[in-house]
Amino acid sequence: MRKYSVFALAREALRAHKGWEQQWTSPEPKAEYDVIIVGAGGHGLATAYYLAKEHGITNVAVLEKGWLGGGNTGRNTTIIRSNYLYDESAGIYEHAVKLWEGLSQDLNYNVMYSARGVMMLAHNIHDVQVFKRHIHANRLNGIDNEWLTPEQVKEFCPPINLSADARYPIIGAALQRRGGTARHDAVAWGYARAAADRGVHIIQNCEVTGIRRAPNGAVIGVDTNRGPINAKKVGVVAAGHTSVIMNMAGVRMPLESYPLQALVSEPVKPLIPCVIMSNTVHAYISQSDKGEMVIGAGTDQYTSYSQTGGLHIINHTLDAICEMFPVLTRLKMLRSWGGIVDVTPDRSPILAKTPVPGLYVNCGWGTGGFKATPGSGNVFAHTIARDEPHRINAPFTIERFTTGRLIDEAAAAAVAH
Amino acid sequence: MLLIKCPYCEEERPELEFRNAGEAHLVRAASIVEQSDDDFAAFLYFRQNPKGLQFERWRHIHGCGRFFNAVRDSVSDKFLTVYKADEPRPNVEQLIVRPAASAESTEEPDAKRAPRAKKAEV
Repeated sequence: MRKYSVFALAREALRAHKGWEQQWTSPEPKAEYDVIIVGAGGHGLATAYYLAKEHGITNVAVLEKGWLGGGNTGRNTTIIRSNYLYDESAGIYEHAVKLWEGLSQDLNYNVMYSARGVMMLAHNIHDVQVFKRHIHANRLNGIDNEWLTPEQVKEFCPPINLSADARYPIIGAALQRRGGTARHDAVAWGYARAAADRGVHIIQNCEVTGIRRAPNGAVIGVDTNRGPINAKKVGVVAAGHTSVIMNMAGVRMPLESYPLQALVSEPVKPLIPCVIMSNTVHAYISQSDKGEMVIGAGTDQYTSYSQTGGLHIINHTLDAICEMFPVLTRLKMLRSWGGIVDVTPDRSPILAKTPVPGLYVNCGWGTGGFKATPGSGNVFAHTIARDEPHRINAPFTIERFTTGRLIDEAAAAAVAH
Repeated sequence: MLLIKCPYCEEERPELEFRNAGEAHLVRAASIVEQSDDDFAAFLYFRQNPKGLQFERWRHIHGCGRFFNAVRDSVSDKFLTVYKADEPRPNVEQLIVRPAASAESTEEPDAKRAPRAKKAEV
């Protein structure tokens, strides 16, 4: 792989850009690999990358039924933050933010991580109390988070409506300055390029249809629409389809798959300088570098695999956005879409070994997995390589739903789900 | 937005009148004290979450207020039937109108997937 640099850019500028090589190859699947990762989204590709980089396991295939990064990696609203309440969550999300900070250099790929700040608005006394509790908990864990008065909110984000006549007036906010956004497609592409460079096979249009097991129950490979592929270790990183894949190995999961929608406006000049989230009116918004307002909604109420949701959900979100930013009321929306998110009962992920030897699962990221991509891949690669969890993901087991030791961000997370 | 038929009100109403209540036919054990931790976890947290036909509970919260069950295809979001809370689980095989054998239907490894509703006629 030729390194991207300013010299490469200058060289290609003089050669009419004819010398750029393919970012990753599309090899035919081999008969056997050391590790198979099911799902070539950000988390799966990151897992393969760290397997190769940190654990020296390069005989790896990443199988993808569609196209690379075409699931939730390409459908989220790209928000990055680590201001979670519980120590376990703080550990994994902060691990991710630390990796985000050096990711472009590490991958030699511009993932456009932009620490523009994530500001969570408080509209009532309950919000104030909850956010201040979060701020204290975060700071105890070494995570930056600070309280802003309404005047400081206005200073940080000038277009916001501070009027006391608003249906839900803004009476303060919690701000994580290291939070921000990154270019979601570039994250998948960057990990794919760096992983492929280390020998990982990325095989698209290859759907897993079964998990093959030895008489003693251990995993020996997978069946796919391109024939069987052997591997003694299989990592399932299939987001909304995790229940379907795990069912092939007879493992039932504490997951339900819901549609989650997002939408973008027409591009306009720079207006919103940070990420704004509001729990109470339930909306979040940021502006992409292209100028589009990127707006996220809540999940639909019913489980579905349809990758589409009801119009009333995004309508409700836009009501909230227009309340907070009256200046946006005449903006045209360009497109909306849905992704299928796998939600656990406590709204925390599962990154763990399973009851089936050789089968590992990384799922349950629900409505907020993008921010964790590097950290998730990093500790999941450790789990697969060493056959034991990393200190950071050790609490994120499936068994916690039996023992009762939940990581209950369902009630604690700073956003509604 | 889904259009949902309430089996009590016997009419189709917009989804906004209803609250989804998750997987249907989950039965709480008569004595949870005697139940193993694994069985209780299975009841409380572990779900089928099928890609295909699923049994689910709804409540007509802004209507008659009653719970009922439905069979819905989680890929097309199409309802196959709704039935009252005390009625038995319908036989899914009888609800599916199997399309005549075609190239498309042989393509799917049916045995490994939850059954699907018939595709909407064009």
